[in-house]
Amino acid sequence: MDRMFHPRFSRVAPVVALAAASALLAAGCASSSGGKKSEESDSNASAGKANTPRMTIAMVTHAPPGDTFWDTIRKGAEAAALKDNVKLIYSGDPIAGNQANLIQNAIDQKVDGIAITMAKPDAMKDVVAKAKQAGIPVVAFNSGLEDWKKQGLLAYFGQDERVAGEAFGNKLNDLGAKHNICVIQDQGHTGLEARCAGVKATFKGKTENLYVNGTDMPSVKSTITAKLKQDPSIDYVVTLGAPFALTSVQSVADAGSKAKVATFDLNKELVNAVKDGSIQFAVDQQPYLQGYLSVDSLWLYKTNGNFSGGGVEPVLTGPAFVDKSNVENIAKFAAKGTR
Amino acid sequence: MSQATAPAARREPTSPPATQKDGRTAQRSLGRRLLARPEIGALIAAVAVYVFFFAVAPAFRDVGALSTVLYQASVMGIMAIPVALLMIGGEFDLSAGVAVTTSALTASMISFQLSMNVWTGVVVALVVALAVGAFNGWLLVRTGLPSFLITLGTFLILQGANLAVTKIFTGNVATDSISDMQGFDQAKKVFGSEIGIGGVDFKITIFYWLIFAGIATWLLLRTKFGNWILAVGGNKESARAVGVPVNFTKIALFMGVGFGAWFVGMHLLFSFNTVQSGEGVGNEFLYIIAAVIGGCLLTGGYGSAVGPVIGAFIFGMVSQGIVYANWNPDWFKAFLGVMLLLAALVNLWVRRQATRR
Repeated sequence: MDRMFHPRFSRVAPVVALAAASALLAAGCASSSGGKKSEESDSNASAGKANTPRMTIAMVTHAPPGDTFWDTIRKGAEAAALKDNVKLIYSGDPIAGNQANLIQNAIDQKVDGIAITMAKPDAMKDVVAKAKQAGIPVVAFNSGLEDWKKQGLLAYFGQDERVAGEAFGNKLNDLGAKHNICVIQDQGHTGLEARCAGVKATFKGKTENLYVNGTDMPSVKSTITAKLKQDPSIDYVVTLGAPFALTSVQSVADAGSKAKVATFDLNKELVNAVKDGSIQFAVDQQPYLQGYLSVDSLWLYKTNGNFSGGGVEPVLTGPAFVDKSNVENIAKFAAKGTR
Repeated sequence: MSQATAPAARREPTSPPATQKDGRTAQRSLGRRLLARPEIGALIAAVAVYVFFFAVAPAFRDVGALSTVLYQASVMGIMAIPVALLMIGGEFDLSAGVAVTTSALTASMISFQLSMNVWTGVVVALVVALAVGAFNGWLLVRTGLPSFLITLGTFLILQGANLAVTKIFTGNVATDSISDMQGFDQAKKVFGSEIGIGGVDFKITIFYWLIFAGIATWLLLRTKFGNWILAVGGNKESARAVGVPVNFTKIALFMGVGFGAWFVGMHLLFSFNTVQSGEGVGNEFLYIIAAVIGGCLLTGGYGSAVGPVIGAFIFGMVSQGIVYANWNPDWFKAFLGVMLLLAALVNLWVRRQATRR
């Protein structure tokens, strides 16, 4: 750039850039693959709409903000709400006391039904009793398998984390694994600890927990790399969430290790990784289904008096294994972010 | 008291000598004096937020909803008061959030592991919480390091110890339930009961919150110790020069935060029966936010005890109001950030108005 024209150019540059960008847009220099357009061209799973009176259902989870797993749950809940003519109020807070308060908030609003997660069932006891007192039906999903019946909830949709972990351990045995690390991304989370404990219970080889800071991906990556370098006998990395599995693949490469990666939970990037073989398998608890069934079941209860599992048995949504043999069937749904 | 440090936060002398009319000590108008109160900006903001949610969220108009909002505000507010006093005294405590979890864990584990009456755990937890505060304060006055650094260290130590110690004793990351143990029901009455007024249940923390705010206000405005707090926060060296016991004041303020952490920890334990060891992280910033929205200066020497109460109330209204209004909670933090900036700007504007001649 000529120095002489610099002051003038700096004034003109943004205008030129903007003009160029809009020209490109107008000329249709669009990417022929991927992007928003290809995502939207797939039709959504909306099958008609119920003509029942409009009702309101609150969903209160223990989800931290901005997590792909919980986003899938919410999408399922929203799909059911759309179909059932339900207004869905979604909220969540990872701190148990705050979650209980959000449930109280739903009771204050006199909603027609509440769907909750019970990561910390004791803390929900009082407020669940209050919902019952107010005559609002409550279902649990995702966590609370041990307690939903005790607290008199209508139904439960989810998987048993411990059982899922045990199934995971068995699968590792079948694949001939000898030594794995179970990567926990959130210190102090009971559900995650239960998964690793389940793996440990059935896995015949050696297993050890590795704690990483799940909110800081570079540190997750380097911690796993360091562990793999330090102990070359590790032949499997077990992660408890899809984003961490994908990061572990990079760690394995960085460490020059021969370890393979398997994980709990899915997202659309992970499906591709299973397809290309960089990740061996994933245990899917079908979060979309959990969200969908919770809302749908409350609608059914209100409009037709039904309750799943007869109020006695939980409705299990997992564990379902996703590996190379069945990943093709799931891929097209995962592309929409609903699996 | 050192008048140079914090004139705005002090009350005007009640009867200035009438003879002096040279303008320097002229009585300011009532409005001007009102504007000089640290919490007035927050009060204006609180009224605005209340009116706003009253208009947009029908469920918010219910008294039951107000009770929920006040509860949310009180749990945070009880901690925000000692944190605000500490900030007026010129220091921070980043360990305040996890200290709450530490005291709840201590009480629960002592009672359960030793099979003692739960009140034993409650007392031991108080000792531990005060000791953590005293340690923070002692290290601060001994080393002269910034409190940011020292309490960051304590924060990490407590966070790790919470998890590790809990896991050693219970084998899990959460404590065992103590709800069937002796003294539990009694302690629940003290720390976690509800009081029905006109058919609406109000959590007991709301009343403690207001009582503590009253005590703190009296302490700050009517006692010698209150003068010391403002003095050490304004200028430590000149405070020392006029005979203020700086070290004592600072250690006491940190211990005050410890007391708050103990109290909130007991509430969490007795209303939710078990404690998860990973909780509390990040709450320290919410306490500081409540204090700042309430008009405390980050630089110390200025603020009030009523301010953090209003700050916590704003926080409670925003966090529950978004749900009552059925907005997408994804926006919650963004909204909170906007509130914080607006509150800071209102405070700044109000203070300029107040100090202008």
